[in-house]
This record gives sequence, C-alpha cells and structure tokens, in this order.
Amino acid sequence: MEPIKLPKKLCLKNARLLDPALGLDVKGELAIENGLIVAVKPGSGSSAGWDLQGAIVCPGFFDLHVHLREPGDEDAETIRSGQEAAAAGGFTAVAAMPNTNPPLDHAGIVRWVIERAAGFPVAVYPIAAITRERKGEELTEMVELREAGAIAFSDDGAFVPSAGIMRRALEYSQLTGAPIISHAEDPSLSLGGAMHEGEVSTRLGLPGIPRISEDVATVRDLMLAEYTGGRLHLAHVSTAASLSALAAARSRGVQATGEATPHHLILTDAAVIGYDTATKMKPPLREESDRLSLWEGLKNGIITAIATDHAPHPFEDKEVPYDEAAFGAIGLETAVALIWDRGVQKSLISPADMVRLFCHGPRSIVGLPIPSIAEGSPAELTLFHPDESWEVDAAKFFSKSVNSPFRGWKLVGRPWGIIRGSRWVGRVKPAF
Amino acid sequence: MTPELKKDRPLSAGHLLGLEGMPAEEITHILDTAEALKEILERPIKKVPTLRGITVVNLFFEASTRTRISFELAEKRLSADLINFTKVGSSVQKGETLLDTARNIEAMRVEVVVIRHQSPGAPVFLAQRLESVVINAGDGAHEHPTQGLLDLLTLREKFGQIQGLKVAIIGDIAHSRVAMSNIFGLKALRAEVMLCAPPTLIPRGVESLGVKVCHQVDDAIAWADALNVLRLQLERHQAAFLPSLREYYMTYGITLKRLEKAKRKPVILHPGPINRGVEIESAVADSGASVILDQVTNGVAVRMAVLVLLSAPEVMG
Repeated sequence: MEPIKLPKKLCLKNARLLDPALGLDVKGELAIENGLIVAVKPGSGSSAGWDLQGAIVCPGFFDLHVHLREPGDEDAETIRSGQEAAAAGGFTAVAAMPNTNPPLDHAGIVRWVIERAAGFPVAVYPIAAITRERKGEELTEMVELREAGAIAFSDDGAFVPSAGIMRRALEYSQLTGAPIISHAEDPSLSLGGAMHEGEVSTRLGLPGIPRISEDVATVRDLMLAEYTGGRLHLAHVSTAASLSALAAARSRGVQATGEATPHHLILTDAAVIGYDTATKMKPPLREESDRLSLWEGLKNGIITAIATDHAPHPFEDKEVPYDEAAFGAIGLETAVALIWDRGVQKSLISPADMVRLFCHGPRSIVGLPIPSIAEGSPAELTLFHPDESWEVDAAKFFSKSVNSPFRGWKLVGRPWGIIRGSRWVGRVKPAF
Repeated sequence: MTPELKKDRPLSAGHLLGLEGMPAEEITHILDTAEALKEILERPIKKVPTLRGITVVNLFFEASTRTRISFELAEKRLSADLINFTKVGSSVQKGETLLDTARNIEAMRVEVVVIRHQSPGAPVFLAQRLESVVINAGDGAHEHPTQGLLDLLTLREKFGQIQGLKVAIIGDIAHSRVAMSNIFGLKALRAEVMLCAPPTLIPRGVESLGVKVCHQVDDAIAWADALNVLRLQLERHQAAFLPSLREYYMTYGITLKRLEKAKRKPVILHPGPINRGVEIESAVADSGASVILDQVTNGVAVRMAVLVLLSAPEVMG
C-alpha cells in the first residue's frame, strides 16, 4: 500500500460530513488545499473533485491500543504493515504497545519506533513500559521516555503484580502528565486459563480465566489511582463488575478512564465453541451480560474509547490446539465496520457516538490534539462508506497476520482509507 | 459370521468427538451394536473380517494403558490394519506440531485416526483438517466419549435401562473428561446425575448441564443407584485444589464403612486406573458391587461398535 499525493487542491464531493465536536452531520463538500481544510459546505456545487458517493468524511480515527510487534516479532507484524492495516481500517493514528522485543523501556527504542514510522501517513505514538523489561520491578525513566515521545505507560500483556510498584508508577508518572494504562489481570486467578471461566469452558474442557481475575485487579488499580491522584486508564475492560467499579471511581472523582474492544462488544464465550484459536485473547470473550454492559458503558460515557487491542500472531502460533495457542486477535481492519454494522446500524449508538469513540475519546485519554473538519484545520480525515457490503476475507488483510475471529463475517459499512496532510492512503484507489 | 449389524446407519457426525449433542437414538444404536459384538469376544477365535483393508492409526500423545490397549484389541478383533503412535520416541519430541503430524497421516491415506491428546479440542482440530474419521480417545478435560459409552453399556447391562437411573459421579469433576462424557450420555438417555466433590473440584457453570451438585459424599451414596468414582487427576493439579490426599480419603473416599452406614449397595464404577486408598478402598473396588472389570470388557465392545459404525467399508462406501 503506497500513499498517494493529493492534488494541490482537492474537493471531496457528495460526502456525508460528520464531526460531533462541530455538531456537524450534513451531506456536502470539503475542500483541501496544501494539506489544510479550506472549505466545508453543505450541498453540492463543485463539478470537479472526488465523488465519494455518500461516503462519510470525519476527523481521523485513533486506535489507542495496538501491538505492532516491531522490534522483535516482525513475522507477526511490522510497523509498516501495521500502519497499512490501520489505514485500510480507517485509522489516521495508532498507539503502539511496548511489549516488543526488546520492549519500549528506553528512550532510544521509543525514538527508534517514531523514526521508523515516519514517512507513512499513519502516525504511530509509542506507549512506553511502566517497568524495566516489563518485569514489574523497577520503574522506567518516565520523564525521559515522555520527552522522547511516549504518550502513556503500560506493561500491557502483563499485570504489574506488586501493588507497591503500581502505587509508585501512579505517583511518579504525574511528573509526565501521561496516564498509566493497566492490563488488569491477577495472574494467580488466571494462571493456566485459556478462555472465560463459565458454562462454556466447562463444556469445552478448557481451563478458565474467571471474571474476578480482572475485577480484583481493576479494583486494586482504581484504589491506587484514588489514593495517589494518578491518572489511570483501564485497557480492554471486559466485565460488568469492572465497568461498575470504573463508574463508581469516576463518580468519586478518580482520574480513571476505560476502553472497550470491538471483540468484547460483539462476541461472547459462545464464539469459542469449535475451538477457533482466533477467539483466544486476554481478557477472554465473556458472557452476554458482560457484553451488554459494555454497550451501556459506551452509551453512558463510562467507556470513552473503542480500541482494538490489535494483536497479530503468526500462523504457527495459532494453528495449534486451543490451549497451546497464543493470546490475541487482530482488529485494525474490522473495527470500524463492526461498530458501524453491529452498533450504529442496530441503534445501540449514534453515528456521532461512533466518531467520538474512535476519534475524540481515545485522544482525550492520552492528551493528543483532536483533529477537526473545521475550515482551517490540518486535513486528518477518515473516509468510510456506510452502505458498502463486504465479507471479511483474511487473504485481503494488509496486516501480516490473519488471526481475526470475524473471518467470513458479512458486514455493511467499510472504511476506504485516510487523508493526512496532503496524502491519501487506503484500500480504495482514489478517483481524483 | 459377523453378528447382524445395521452398518447402513453410520453416526451422523461422521466422527466421534464427544457425546455432547449426540442424539439418544445414536447412543442407543452404539450400545446395541456393542452388545451384539460382545459375542465375538467370547469365541475361541476372537476375530471377524469386518474392517479388513481399513487402516487405523492410534495417536497417543498422552500416557494411556487401558484405553490404548482396548482400542488396539478392538481394531485387531475387527481385522483392521493398525499403526501405533506414542509421543515418546516420535517426531513430536523433535518439535513437530499436531498440524504437521496430521498432514503426514493424511499423506499416508489412513482411514481412521484414534487420538488421545492433552489439549481439549485436539480431536476437533484434526477433524476440521483431515479427511479421515476421527475418534476421540480422551482430550484434556473435555470428553472421553468411548469411556462414557462403556459406562452406559455397563449400567444398562446391570439395570436393564438408563432412563430414571440415579448416577452419582464422585471426585475430580473439574479435571475429568470422563465426567463430562458421562454427564452428556446419561442426560441424553434421561438418567439423573449428581456430581459430588469438594467445591474446588466442581467446574464453574456445570449446573446448567442439568445436574445436581453436592459436597457430602454420604448424601450422594444415600441417593444413588450407582456411583462412578473418578480417579484424582493428580498430574493435572497445577494449583492447590486439596490440602492432602489423606483428607480427601477421609472426606470422599468410598469405603465399606460408608456404604454400610448408608445401608445401601450402589453399583460401583471406576474408569481406572484406581488409586487404592485415595478415592476408593480396596475392599470396595474388589467387592461384588463393583463392575469395574465389566467396564473393561465392555470397553473393547464399545470401541469395536464405534469403529464399525464409523468406518466399516460398507459405511464408508
């Protein structure tokens, strides 16, 4: 996938312009000149330009939770292949988790990732580790990491087992203004587990990961955030109880936020029947009551971001019996379509909610500037067509991996690509 | 002569991966077939040509004595060609994956794969990727369908029918594929099932399968027509499920004293191998109430029945 330079002046016509921050949702046109939005107007007037045939144009989406695997696991994904997958999925920016090999625990590696990502229109914002080598023992040099470009700190993939270290992380990180992202999982309760513990795990004979492994860890970290005044973000909230704990903490004024993934919003542990290893991830797919509570969380503003937890794994790590398979599912290329089809189309959330959850919410959590489609703003746009029908086909992924639990799903609504500055990059060949 | 078999009625799934979801008529059909085949085992020359020309591979990734021997015997009685594969000394120890093992088997044109594997769902994994018939000989804590069937056959012989029978499964339910296959088979044939174990060994959500759960073994003994006493899966215990075997024997061991106190003589089943003095007292295992050795005999018959119904040349076309 190669970026394409926009003409000096380009009019996107026959578009649906959607920006909830501007209260805007109209059919109209948007003109870009030298990478800046120069005109936004309803209706159709221009003759020249790219006819979008009703595609939605909105401020660029940002995925707060992505594993790019480079350095170290380039057979699963590279920074470039992850950027391409992001562009194909409608994301103008992603945050890269630090569980690479070596991990992002030194400023040099953080700078290396940023340099490696430069040149392609999808921005990559590194998240640095909370502790050195992600061992949960000593804090990383957070101030220097922040100056190097880290937007948050997380040992994602692993819980910080020591409450004492987590306390210090939530205190010290206040020097940086960046949040601590918690992977809430008490390993003494989840050890050896392969899927959500419940009726389905019992029927399938698979060792369980109980809800309480997440809930006790969530509650611990919320209490530490409350005590320290630190900023806590909960990655991939998957249970109703963790969500309630987050809601209660927020109502007490704790600086805590949360994200939900498309797979936890759409699938339950019933998807594991048949032992498709693409359904194996942490936290595991939960039950219907948990799934429904997550949609409630989106609607009532407890959860302010949808993030994919895009976790690529090579074929050989997934083409094995379920209990031996790696944890994780890819999500960049299906997230927007899934939320449109299963959320907006089913009236669980509005189109404006969806834009907020993919654009404004995740950026607010890490304090990034929020793109806008107002005149005068730099062009940072997501384009997706709300009526395009398609089938999720692993062979067509731009990601190097295929571990999606949604393979074969038929969806309505599909991202076309993105504009960032004066370049287009996406799945669709532009007509200008 | 081969006894009269309805070989034109193969099992609908085409494989035997588990008893979950298997219709009652099919289970009964397997038991009827096994009963008919038992006669062969009493003959001076215990062999029929039913599976001549059929190749069966026994893939045992996990230690097993009686299940493996029972399958081998069933295959030999039916004149199948058989290949035995065990993990020790195989290329699996050199890092070969189940997928590659499966592809190699496929290339060898084997009709039937019998698999014992430590991973739940491993037989499903093979069935999704192979043309061969797959028979589950035990996959982790998931299912052990031929064990479930032989337990059903043993109970049916003893009681005449399964419907309405009260069966208590006692012991390490959480790590037991035998318990799961028994639950699915017994429920399909409309028996009542009670699970009895300490709370640490009762798997989450198991009540939704329509079973009773109790924690006092005396209550189970007082209720049941038959006790299926499970072996403690000591090798699977990664975390502390029990304080000690001594305390387990004190609280759950099936002893003569307990049975006498209950003034009941339930039939005793055990899938083996027995840990004498852990889950069952020797005097009970060797008593007249025990049908443990009948289970072993029925095991061969049930496995013959499954092999015939899934893979006899008439069935396979």
